[in-house]
Amino acid sequence: MSHSDTDPNLHSEDRDHREDHAPGDEPEESAGHWILNANLGLGLSILLTVTAFVLAATHLVYAPSIPVALLVLAIAQMGVHLVFFLHVTTGPDNTNNVLALAFGILVVFLLVVGSIWIMAHLSHNMMPMPPDQMQSMQQ
Amino acid sequence: MSDTPLPASVETIRRVRADPRLGRRGHGSEGPAKGAGHGDTGPASKRIIVGYGFWIFLLSDIVMFSCFFAAFAVQSHATAGGPTMAQIVETPRVALETAALLLSSYTCGLSFAATNARSKLWTQVFLLATGLLGLAFVGMELQEFIGLAARGFTPQRSGMLTAFFGLVGLHGVHVSLAGLWLLTMMAQVQLKGFRPEIIHRLICFNLFWHALDIVWIGIFTIVYLMGGLT
Repeated sequence: MSHSDTDPNLHSEDRDHREDHAPGDEPEESAGHWILNANLGLGLSILLTVTAFVLAATHLVYAPSIPVALLVLAIAQMGVHLVFFLHVTTGPDNTNNVLALAFGILVVFLLVVGSIWIMAHLSHNMMPMPPDQMQSMQQ
Repeated sequence: MSDTPLPASVETIRRVRADPRLGRRGHGSEGPAKGAGHGDTGPASKRIIVGYGFWIFLLSDIVMFSCFFAAFAVQSHATAGGPTMAQIVETPRVALETAALLLSSYTCGLSFAATNARSKLWTQVFLLATGLLGLAFVGMELQEFIGLAARGFTPQRSGMLTAFFGLVGLHGVHVSLAGLWLLTMMAQVQLKGFRPEIIHRLICFNLFWHALDIVWIGIFTIVYLMGGLT
């Protein structure tokens, strides 16, 4: 019988197409692909950054909406950096990287939103203090 | 096919390969790739493990930054009679800092393209450009801090300034340390060439530098642009 389909090295010659990639690394890509990625990333980043600075400095959009617009632009630019500079994509060779990133984003979200939420309601959540105790604290 | 039973190990490989739940990738119909860390195909290559481990470190670093971001968000109105953020923002300087760091991220990406093409000269040229842009960034930031301190706006002045200097300073320290790492990498590329472990370090350095730029996006948006709104 043939051992060809039980040989552990059966696919070794074409493994590079299906190997996992570490973030920031795509071993088989040519230099041209890297330069194209870097150019795209730079172009999109400049666009998003300039938009953010212009929005903040002018009154082109409704003033109360400026902070939200700035946050959206920042998140978009972080996405551009992740895809074009860090090479973290949604491809199957990137599953581990994306899962780690998702956990990181969860922790960051809990820390930032949780801190702001708790601190904004601090006085509301305090135990009521008897007036005499309040006076002794003020002395 | 002969009637002789297969050796146990071959039988095991056949059984695992036949089982759709084992040793297969989530996408595509091809078999498992050797050394990809999937199923029965053996451990992942060192290059993948080093990059992935550094990625985990970077995410923990970003979690640390998020604590400083949370502190700044909470303290942003605790000026204690001192300056507000809108009074200390110098938008032209922030724009220049942002440009320097973004361009340095670009040249850093180009240096890795040169590394992949095994061009020592261009790797060094782009690493040097990255380092000089990083130096310009740190210089502008130091100048800003010294200027603020000269006006009496030190970290002790108010809770807002404590959080401001903590967050922006922590990022500045990261860029400075990355600059030292960059010099080390330039020396190692020059003396040792593109050995596998040197390339692993270059991958990690690239990741670190790009991550610093991502953190700076958060800083210039939340601290400077949103803080500077009146």
